[in-house]
Amino acid sequence: MDLHEYQGKELFQRVGLRVPGGRIAHTPEDAERAAAELGGGRVVVKAQVLTGGRGKAGGVKVADGPQAARQEAAAILGMDIRGYMVHQVLVEEATPIARELYAAVVLDRGGKQTLAMLSAMGGMEVEKIALMDPRAMACVGVDPLFGWSDFHARRLAFDAGLGELAQPLGDVFARLYRIFTESEATLCEVNPLVVAEDGGLLVLDAKVSVDNNSLFRHPDIAAMRDVHSADPHEQMAFDRSLTYVKLDGEVGVLGNGAGLVMSTLDVVANAGGRPANFLDVGGGAKAEEIVAALEVITADPKVRSILFNIFGGITRCDEVARGVLAAVGQMGIALPIVVRLDGTNEHEGRAMLAAAGVPNIYVATTMPEAAHRAVDLAAATGA
Amino acid sequence: MVDSSTRVLVQGLTGREGSFHAARNRAYGTEVVAGVTPGKGGQAVDGVPVFDSVAAAVDATGANTSLVFVPAPAAADSISEAIDAGIALIITITEGIPVHDMLRLFHLLARAGTTMIGPNCPGVISPGKANVGIIPPQVFRPGNVGLVSRSGTLTYQIAYELTQRGLGQSTAVGIGGDPIVGLPFLDVLARFEADPETQAVVLVGEIGGDEEERAAAYVKAQMTKPLVAYIAGFTAPPGKQMGHAGAIISGASGTAQAKKAALEAAGIPVAIDPTRVAELVAEALAR
Repeated sequence: MDLHEYQGKELFQRVGLRVPGGRIAHTPEDAERAAAELGGGRVVVKAQVLTGGRGKAGGVKVADGPQAARQEAAAILGMDIRGYMVHQVLVEEATPIARELYAAVVLDRGGKQTLAMLSAMGGMEVEKIALMDPRAMACVGVDPLFGWSDFHARRLAFDAGLGELAQPLGDVFARLYRIFTESEATLCEVNPLVVAEDGGLLVLDAKVSVDNNSLFRHPDIAAMRDVHSADPHEQMAFDRSLTYVKLDGEVGVLGNGAGLVMSTLDVVANAGGRPANFLDVGGGAKAEEIVAALEVITADPKVRSILFNIFGGITRCDEVARGVLAAVGQMGIALPIVVRLDGTNEHEGRAMLAAAGVPNIYVATTMPEAAHRAVDLAAATGA
Repeated sequence: MVDSSTRVLVQGLTGREGSFHAARNRAYGTEVVAGVTPGKGGQAVDGVPVFDSVAAAVDATGANTSLVFVPAPAAADSISEAIDAGIALIITITEGIPVHDMLRLFHLLARAGTTMIGPNCPGVISPGKANVGIIPPQVFRPGNVGLVSRSGTLTYQIAYELTQRGLGQSTAVGIGGDPIVGLPFLDVLARFEADPETQAVVLVGEIGGDEEERAAAYVKAQMTKPLVAYIAGFTAPPGKQMGHAGAIISGASGTAQAKKAALEAAGIPVAIDPTRVAELVAEALAR
């Protein structure tokens, strides 16, 4: 789960990292009040959206005083940044900057370690730093059983050519590593980390991702989930405990098992179609589970046909066929549904579907055959 | 990896999943010798004795393999207990274990010299010999194709396609769909390379991480047996977790296209769909 900048800064403050004074605002009036509370001087108004590139999109503006903050907030709130609507802005004291650095602690899944990173080239995207000069990014791996030690930070500072800042950087990294492990994050990025005019180090932007699987241990962080910025279909699926990802096409896809469903999306694309979604119904064969899944899929108005791809393992295909028939009967879906059953009791399952004689249910045997059928039917329904 | 010498203890035997699958593993001929549920020592599930600790179960039954069904919040502790008790092979079915737990466990396992398959995996089957986990054995047949995969149902689908073509399997290993797993692809490939019963290998990967790329480098440098690969997730958008915790494209890394390119550069054919996998294996074995 990705956190907003202001939420990341809240976590950073808990471990004593220095961040500029700021307030969150949902309306232009809020923003004006916030700027006044921050002393009435120069502030920065920053869109809070879970995507990058907001600066280029005009989502970050400097404002001289509360009046100007109100005007800038009015322009930014409601803005669409890369498909994300801006619902809130962070109003923050403007900071005189002497120098911008890049600092991060990330989970290195390939290396099975934590990676701490530092660069003297802050303020630009990490990929760009790597492109301009791979040596400009100093990295040090941390063994999780060993933990953080000051030498890690010293190595980073000297490798990055920032030896004169080794002391304050050591302090920042110790705190960053602490919040990374305590909040079970997969990414804690500070870009830029700025050297303020007083020589202190200040967190100007914060990008934090936390591990979804650990949220049961962190109810405070779980509560930071932004339901307003989620896609409405994804939110509907989340409320029903379904694993669903919204895509952009016209063939609705559901199946059992994440790998099989991912593979089904690819096979639909190979057949010349575009999948509308990813939906894993798990081992479920019961009518109510299938109803819940079909409700989410059919709520997407772009869907023109549905491809149901099941491999019967422990769940038998005849049980699945019974569930599909009950669900479709109950919901009265008019869209064409291609059902492909393979595995345990496949013949019984297919025979049951054929015998039921539901006109919009089509039975298929192989994945490519099912995908072609669903793509053709989507084209026919759309025309 | 699993055979007639495998003596399984089930951590979480008294739960619904644990008892159901342990009974299925036994029906397949697997030696399930003990269960562990703290506080339920002295009980029995379908005649299998339950112990309060892994150490007590190992002492009493000589168990050498642990099958873990313990729910995610307590799973890391249960796995640590199995490592401490000297279990040689741990197979963890549990889904949803926090990645920071796995990060520590990965290093604990390495230091103890313990092998772990999973977490978030379907287990291991050697058709005709033993089945440890939740794999439906009816779609597998004994044979000489090794199968290693990050996904459960996709493994069953591909095994079924192989079986229908008359291509049996030596062993199928589901390594798990999490970002960090105990036994990555290349360790399983090394075991297949050394296994006299395996003549060809199928690798089933998906988006996220770089284990397929690491496997490709290993195959190019050290593997002599033919390998066929399949990768799921060409249509997956970046930044979205596709069901499995580990199936996510981060920035520009972990894409299916990059994995396919790395595998093909190592001379490994990559099938366009699961059906084509079986055809490519048949072609490779005919050569």
